[in-house]
Amino acid sequence: MGELLDALLRCLLVLGAFLTLPLLVGQMEHKAMAHMQSRVGPMAAGGFHGWAQLVADGIKFVQKESITPVAADRRVFELAPAVALVPYLVAMLAIPLGPFFGQGNLIGQDLDLGLFFVLAAMSVGVLGTLMGGLGSGNKYSYIGGMRVAAQLMSYELPMVLAAASVAMAAGTLSLIGIADAWEPWWLLAQLPGLIVFFVAGLAELQRPPFDAPLADAELVMGPLTEYGGMRFAMFLLAEYAGIVVLAGLTTVLFLGGWAGPWSDHLGWAWTLLKIAGVSFLVIWARVAYPRLREDQVNALAWKVLVPLALAQVTLTTVLVVW
Amino acid sequence: MSLTELVFLVLAVVAAGSALLSMTSGQLVHSALWLVVTLGAVAGCFVLMTAEFVAWVQVLVYVGSVVVLVIFALMLTRQTSATTAEVTGNRWIAAALGVVAAIGLGATMVAGFRGEDIEGRRIGTAGSIGQALFTDWVLPFEILSGVLLAALIGAIVISRSGSDR
Repeated sequence: MGELLDALLRCLLVLGAFLTLPLLVGQMEHKAMAHMQSRVGPMAAGGFHGWAQLVADGIKFVQKESITPVAADRRVFELAPAVALVPYLVAMLAIPLGPFFGQGNLIGQDLDLGLFFVLAAMSVGVLGTLMGGLGSGNKYSYIGGMRVAAQLMSYELPMVLAAASVAMAAGTLSLIGIADAWEPWWLLAQLPGLIVFFVAGLAELQRPPFDAPLADAELVMGPLTEYGGMRFAMFLLAEYAGIVVLAGLTTVLFLGGWAGPWSDHLGWAWTLLKIAGVSFLVIWARVAYPRLREDQVNALAWKVLVPLALAQVTLTTVLVVW
Repeated sequence: MSLTELVFLVLAVVAAGSALLSMTSGQLVHSALWLVVTLGAVAGCFVLMTAEFVAWVQVLVYVGSVVVLVIFALMLTRQTSATTAEVTGNRWIAAALGVVAAIGLGATMVAGFRGEDIEGRRIGTAGSIGQALFTDWVLPFEILSGVLLAALIGAIVISRSGSDR
């Protein structure tokens, strides 16, 4: 009975994190981006610095009519937002937050193969955008879908290679094990892997500067063109949840997770702080860099990131064997 | 029948059913998407047989990459998403070959592993698969990588031969 209650409580906590953390990242995007562009961002909703802006957005989305275009492939079109969103919830189950006041590790479910579980879940999420592109019956969506597929195939390899390098160094595929095995000098030895992982993750989430599939100046909104109301909101939520999952994975793999002063008690706070920092970098990248052209996107993956990731794996092999 | 066996049975039915739908569906895109369901259900079966590593790699590689590759090829070669599958005369030969291969593989499995019990044994962890791969099965592993290299070189030769002419 106690075990069942424990599992239920953990699931509820993960669900709570899934419903709040992406909104916090979204609000951070509103405000941080605004200040970087010499604006103030939302100020009215909720009173204090527009803190309730995303809640207001959510209420607006709920009220909108749900429209399915006549030319759309109905079931594929309607299923796509769920396929995009749910995998990130599943991925969050396996990401550890670290020791919680000496009460053991704060994690949904400690998996033997957590790293592969999260990577597999992330790769399913992109299928949702692809389904949206295929099923909308709109040529802009279709071109966007092709770009999604090309981008996904290019960036999957460097991402997995970079993650494999850390797993090799730690000698385990368990995310808790990797974070426990982490040592500060890995920041230097795994730096190329960190860069490759972060950049490939940005591309996998189709975040700027890798948003060629959405490219509002060329393709209206790419695969999301025909979506409105709740379905569009689900795609938006999936994007922010994706940022949280990417930031969490980067933190646990490359930044030592809960490593920091008093980590036995405050480990979870360190992890959350690092996740917030990485999320901020994701937002900063959007403001700082212009969108890459479609051929540049693929050239970067195959000519820079894959060789860099292979070099990182070689370096790790030498370090581990030596 | 235990709960595990029941879940396994359900997943197996889902896998077989969606595979059938993927073959009979009129639209190629739907076939590719049903293939995702099949591969996911097979991954679930792997989890129940304690082969977690194989299961997650199956999702990562097949759902995440191979199906995307299939859809990408489909999008590049056909103009609309509503294209229907062409039925050629080879269909029945392919079906017969598929049935023969399935029966052959199934018979080999039953003959080799009948009565084996995986209860209480962890045979599918990353560690045990790595052990097996690099001790007992190292030669097949090396031959496989040679085959993949040959396929890679072949793809490069085929794709380049057009531009040289």
